[in-house]
Amino acid sequence: MIKINVDMTKCQHYGMCVFEAPNVFKLNTDDKLEYTATAEDSEQGNVEAAIDVCPMQAIFIVD
Amino acid sequence: MTKPVVIVGASMGGLRAAESLRRFGYTGAITVIGDENWAPYNRPPLSKEVLAGDVVSHETVAFPQRAATADVGWVLGHRVDKADLAHNSVTTEDGEVFEYSHLIIATGLRPKRQVYPNNIHAGRHIIRTLDDAMGLREALKPGARVVVLGAGFIGCETAATARKLGCEVTIVAPGTVPMLRPLGTELAHELQRRQEAEGVRFLMKRSVADLVGESHITAVTLDDGTELPCDVFIEAIGSLPNTEWLEGNDLDISDGLLCDHNLRGVKVSGGSWNNVWGVGDVVRFPNPVFDDTPRRVEHWNIPSECAKYVGNAIATDSTAAPFRPIPSFWSDQFEVHILAFGLLALADRNKLVEGTIDGDCVFEYYRGDKLVGAAGIGLRSVVQGYRKNFES
Ligand SMILES: Cc1cc2nc3c(=O)[nH]c(=O)nc-3n(C[C@H](O)[C@H](O)[C@H](O)COP(=O)(O)OP(=O)(O)OC[C@H]3O[C@@H](n4cnc5c(N)ncnc54)[C@H](O)[C@@H]3O)c2cc1C
Ligand code: SF4
Repeated sequence: MIKINVDMTKCQHYGMCVFEAPNVFKLNTDDKLEYTATAEDSEQGNVEAAIDVCPMQAIFIVD
Repeated sequence: MTKPVVIVGASMGGLRAAESLRRFGYTGAITVIGDENWAPYNRPPLSKEVLAGDVVSHETVAFPQRAATADVGWVLGHRVDKADLAHNSVTTEDGEVFEYSHLIIATGLRPKRQVYPNNIHAGRHIIRTLDDAMGLREALKPGARVVVLGAGFIGCETAATARKLGCEVTIVAPGTVPMLRPLGTELAHELQRRQEAEGVRFLMKRSVADLVGESHITAVTLDDGTELPCDVFIEAIGSLPNTEWLEGNDLDISDGLLCDHNLRGVKVSGGSWNNVWGVGDVVRFPNPVFDDTPRRVEHWNIPSECAKYVGNAIATDSTAAPFRPIPSFWSDQFEVHILAFGLLALADRNKLVEGTIDGDCVFEYYRGDKLVGAAGIGLRSVVQGYRKNFES
């Protein structure tokens, strides 16, 4: 399992991450980011891609 | 031993290129040479939230470093001033020669500067690097009289931030409305209105003719003779590509580094170099999503898209499909959050498709019948939905 943390003081809800890792991130009906705090190891690559495309650099994998 | 891949420019483009080489399986040596003293960091916050904060530090903007690129050789604080493409080498200012198997050019842009009759420097700022932002943050004291020259994204964002910090802010720019080219008339007017509502003053169709002051700027003189008191003068009038170090080679650097559909450097004599590649803001490239005209695209997602393509091409020795990224950008000014996909500047018309202009809204941008972009204030899910229109 990997643990994910998004710094919600930085996140501007652009949803770029949703495209890279749709199993982990989504924009809800109010256009606010929602995410799962843990994900299968198989999501590692997608979450890393999400980290790369986040304009606010708000996503972190925590060990 | 085979020679390393040498990447010149140690910012987002350079970092992502190194990461991408490893991701696609290249196991050889990688050397990244950059003239800034800092490890790669993220530039957009430098005109926005980081500039608005109490301290501007490398820590707040540094890109995380990955285990996969731990063995990359970083040569920071060294400017490359010569390249000899015929002999596969580049040379730094201090005379060190780096031979390469492949060269990745990621040297980005630098701000254009004005030269005035009274060309004093104290009180003058630009905003591209972390050092620039640190210097500017010091100067943005509450009550400071700030004049921003230029009404593009960086000028308008910096103006908004300075205003939030309690400065008196005036934007002076030659155009009719701010951000007109990238956004089109309606959104541009609306952004001006929202900036004005927050207390930013716009003097459009004006330019700065000279600076006033002896050791430090005290005012600027406009082209109509008006004198504007000024403590902090910010030049945000666009950028120039950093390609001088490539002069003297058979390479088209007439307006940035011209690259072909595979991001290979184009020769002046025709054809392309097979081991010279371009990544990021410095590159002028054709994009079949739109047409065959090469353009420079100064959006944050482009360096990463280029890096993905070039890393893959070098690691797997294949360039089958042409490079066709979907440009995207965002901008934050006061509580206005703009998100866009495509190349809005190509449009000859646009239309409002959701919301109202004075609230959240989405516009579609067309060139003839063809959708070339979409942009919105708020309504991010709707704007995100347009991305699929540009996928192949
Ligand atoms: C203040 C600011 C705000 C921005 N905001 C946004 C935004 O909101 N949205 C958006 O989409 N985009 C934004 N951008 C644009 C985005 O940051 C750029 O597209 C991105 O930084 C380009 O990355 P790059 O690696 O191609 O070039 P750069 O980041 O310019 O990096 C090039 C590096 O190469 C170095 N270099 C140059 N010449 C040499 C040499 N001869 N030898 C060695 N090193 C050299 C430079 O010093 C620099 O470190 C913003 C840019 C700035 C400056
Ligand atoms: S990409 Fe970053 S800023 Fe955008 S929604 Fe995801 S975490 Fe938030």
